[in-house]
Amino acid sequence: MNDPDTTKPIVILDDVHLRLDSEAGEVHILRGVDFAVGRGETVSIIGPSGSGKTSMMMVVAGLERTTSGQVTVDGVDVTRASEDDLALLRRNRIGIVFQSFHLVPTMSALENVAVPLELAGKADAFDRAGEMLAAVGLDHRLSHYPGQLSGGEQQRTALARAFAVEPGLLLADEPTGNLDGHTGEQVIDRMFELCERFGTTLMLITHDPGLAGRCQRTVTMQDGILSEDTFARRRAG
Amino acid sequence: MVATHPGSRSLSWRFARRELRGGLKGFGIFLACLALGVAAIAGVGSLASAVEGGLRTDGRVLLGGDVSFRLTHRPATPEQRTWLEANTDRVSSIVEMRANAFREDGGAFRLVELKGIDNFYPLFGRLDLSGETHLADALMIRDGVWGAAAQRGLLERLKLDVGDRIRIGELAIEVRSVIEHEPDRDTNAFNFGPRLMIHRDALTETGLVQPGSIIRYYYRVDLPDNVSPGAFRDAAQAAFPEAGWRIRDLENAAPNIQRFVDRVGSFMTIVGLTALLVGGVGISNAVRHFLQGKIATIATLKCLGAPTRLILAMYLIQVGLISLIGIAIGLAIGLVAPLVAIEIVGNRIPVEARSGIYPEPLVLAAMFGVLVTLVFCLWPLARARQIPGAALFREQVAPISGFPGWHTLALVILLAVILALSAVVTSSQPWLAGGFVLGAVVALGTFALIGYGVIHITRRLPRVGNTKLRLAIANLHRPGGATGGVIMSLGMGLTVLIGVAMMEYNIKTELDGALRGEIPGYYFIDLQPDQVPAFQRIAEESEPPVRTRIVPMLRGRVTAMKGIPASEIVPPPQEAWILRGDRGITWTADGPPDPEKIVRGTWWPPNYDGPQLVSFDAEAAEAFNLQVGNTITVNVLGRDIQATVANWRQIDWNDLGINFAMVFSPGILSQAPMTYIATAHLPDDQEIALETSVVNQLPNVSAIRVKEVLQGVNGILTNIGVAVRVVAVVAIVAGILVLAGAIAAGHRKRTYDAVVMKVLGATRRDLIIAYALEYGLLGLVTAAIATGLGTGATWFVMTRLMEAPWTFAIEPAVVTVAIALACTIGAGMIGTWIALNRKAAPSLRND
Repeated sequence: MNDPDTTKPIVILDDVHLRLDSEAGEVHILRGVDFAVGRGETVSIIGPSGSGKTSMMMVVAGLERTTSGQVTVDGVDVTRASEDDLALLRRNRIGIVFQSFHLVPTMSALENVAVPLELAGKADAFDRAGEMLAAVGLDHRLSHYPGQLSGGEQQRTALARAFAVEPGLLLADEPTGNLDGHTGEQVIDRMFELCERFGTTLMLITHDPGLAGRCQRTVTMQDGILSEDTFARRRAG
Repeated sequence: MVATHPGSRSLSWRFARRELRGGLKGFGIFLACLALGVAAIAGVGSLASAVEGGLRTDGRVLLGGDVSFRLTHRPATPEQRTWLEANTDRVSSIVEMRANAFREDGGAFRLVELKGIDNFYPLFGRLDLSGETHLADALMIRDGVWGAAAQRGLLERLKLDVGDRIRIGELAIEVRSVIEHEPDRDTNAFNFGPRLMIHRDALTETGLVQPGSIIRYYYRVDLPDNVSPGAFRDAAQAAFPEAGWRIRDLENAAPNIQRFVDRVGSFMTIVGLTALLVGGVGISNAVRHFLQGKIATIATLKCLGAPTRLILAMYLIQVGLISLIGIAIGLAIGLVAPLVAIEIVGNRIPVEARSGIYPEPLVLAAMFGVLVTLVFCLWPLARARQIPGAALFREQVAPISGFPGWHTLALVILLAVILALSAVVTSSQPWLAGGFVLGAVVALGTFALIGYGVIHITRRLPRVGNTKLRLAIANLHRPGGATGGVIMSLGMGLTVLIGVAMMEYNIKTELDGALRGEIPGYYFIDLQPDQVPAFQRIAEESEPPVRTRIVPMLRGRVTAMKGIPASEIVPPPQEAWILRGDRGITWTADGPPDPEKIVRGTWWPPNYDGPQLVSFDAEAAEAFNLQVGNTITVNVLGRDIQATVANWRQIDWNDLGINFAMVFSPGILSQAPMTYIATAHLPDDQEIALETSVVNQLPNVSAIRVKEVLQGVNGILTNIGVAVRVVAVVAIVAGILVLAGAIAAGHRKRTYDAVVMKVLGATRRDLIIAYALEYGLLGLVTAAIATGLGTGATWFVMTRLMEAPWTFAIEPAVVTVAIALACTIGAGMIGTWIALNRKAAPSLRND
């Protein structure tokens, strides 16, 4: 795997196409996406359901193979990397936060957060996991299982897990979608705090214009094409 | 770059342990399927080992000595006796034959298994008597009358008490004891009568010991401690190579019991394997369902950077640990079950089973358990590796590929081959096990294909008007449905069940037909040559005259074929009987026995007087590759007689007439002392009269009533039928487990479906009818397939292998359909009932 090059954007999508087979026939999901995200930048992605936001994020995370085009993440050509290389990339440099939290139900909060650290072979995985949970205000919930945590607590645990390896890139797919307004706000505050603390680049998918506005830049996805880039527009303006 | 670090192995173990905190929920069927099969194999193996342990311990008792020599027709020569006595501590000589025991008033008689013993009997073990309990006292001559010990059955049949007298041949004997337990009585398939034990000297006085009579002389020896039975046996063979005696030592003390234990053991191991294989479908379904519930976890771990190998390892560890629990439960049951079985059937076997822990069958059962688990689990486990991290983000647009890769396929095939080879290699009946393996592969493949076909066809059926029926048909082919699994697992058990029932029906029909048809009513054996005219006269004077066939008979043992000693020939299993012990042989100067057909070679001309020729059973000759012109050597009365195969004869063994595998040309054999055997064809109501006249006028002649023999055959068939039904029932239990597992797996979806249907206005009754229709259809389809395959298999066996007529029996088919419907509708409706009682709201709420 290539070493990161800090002079280059952390995420580069170059004419990315994604076609998937379905029972109804082939679906052309991404139709030539050109997009770059600078290191430390916070970017929100908005657009109607089915426009390709999540697919673009999956492509960036190396969870979906593009049909054509190139995707580079932190210097790694995601389109050419092996499955194991992609696993390493996610393990060490990418954090992901989901709308439905996706904590492992049979693991305690502490164990959930420790997983990426354990995968990375860190000897102090549990100490660091404890610190991360403290950082999201859950140091009193270490031994609780996901089923014993509230939605907000589960999402904060997921945040702690995503930041455990101090990733260069955080991918967040509607992280407040399953939370009430107040709780969602608390989670988002934590997320931005941690991004700032670790210098993490943020790619955030949201339907909430207010939340999107908290990012330095907002891109709009429409029918598999990035149709609008507020940062670019400001720059052009 | 390496994706895993050195600690990944411990990591997979750690993650697996955490996952297992969820407990064994959802693994009930998995554990039950595995435990059922392992328990069956371990239990059967332990029981067989316990009986074999008993055989080893009691070998000397069952054999009656360290080594036993048997001669037919004639006793040992003085040289042989002297040699035996000189080289052993003690020699006990026993004589056995069949004879008629008459009430002294002549009012009744009964064919008995007569045993003449000497003063050393029994060399080992104890004979338990009631009445006069001391054997020597019971049998000794007292006031000029010899004594006897009889089995209770004889006294009951002749309505006698201890102290009454009976007549054997020309001798009156007083029954002084009842035999409660005879230590050396082997389990022959047929005993033609109860045991009567008298002294050897008394036997001589009966006048029944005639030249050519079927009399067996046994010499059991007690060896000095420093002489091994094997060495003694070799020495005896070297000293008297032409003796023609059959020698048994502790290695094969009770070959009938040994064969029985081997066969039943192998058969029941196959029962266990069937259960394991059918259960394998359940195991596979359980793992698939378990992994289905783990999709989110697997995808999450992938998103967090877990490599596929780690995912596979952690779930393999989990399934492995759970399977160990299942195997342990199975082994525990397998250890305890034989104790119960010995309690129940222990007194029916002539050996005292030695209960205990026998590691070999337990290891074998565990190994089969592990192999079956791996064969059935690796596929779904390997598929789990393919669950993409993207699964977390949304429902899949493209379905997950069903093929987990060539490596997995190769590994599964390799493990299946190892499983098959293990089943064959570890069986004492490799042919049977091989046949089972082949049958299992064909059956599993056929049912998998049929299951696939049913899903495929129902998917393409035109829409029916009735909503409930439409829903039921749609449910048969919905993704993740139970159709395939149920057809395969339940179908296999039902096929065996219907197959057994059909076979039984057809064989019984055949036997009934035989009883009504042209089969003889009686065999009369041990007719002395000078009694033949008297016998013919009795037959002719009967009203109407009885049709008889009378042929000379001797007993002989095949000692060589094509110049190769019999001991060096590995016989084809189905024809091994030719070399086993004595065979009845005959000779004739006339043409081949009617209606037998010469299929190869030619018959000797009338008045043939050349070198000894033999006509051989075509089927056996083919199995031994014994061609026309080859030689065989038969030992008759201690003399080796070589004969050249002149022809092959097609014999219809089903006609129950006098059939000899070997018919010789006249020659030296016709000079030998011999007796005659006769068959008598007569109406039922004449039977007793004929038997009474023959036995009263020719008291040494034994009458064997064919109907009694057939009843024995019927009894054996019934027992075999019961044993095969055990296979079917175990397989069906495994099938029901699979069915229950499949229904449990689809339960969540079913609950959701029921809720949505309710929301859309379906009543509870609508839903129950729709689901009952669905499960009814599933049961009907499974039953129809099982009936088709089971019927086809019996048709093939009856018409092609047994060359007998075949008829379709409606009753087994109806029973099969009823069982299938009861299983599917019963299990399905239990699941549906639970689903219908669930509240709608929780299922409709978002996560």
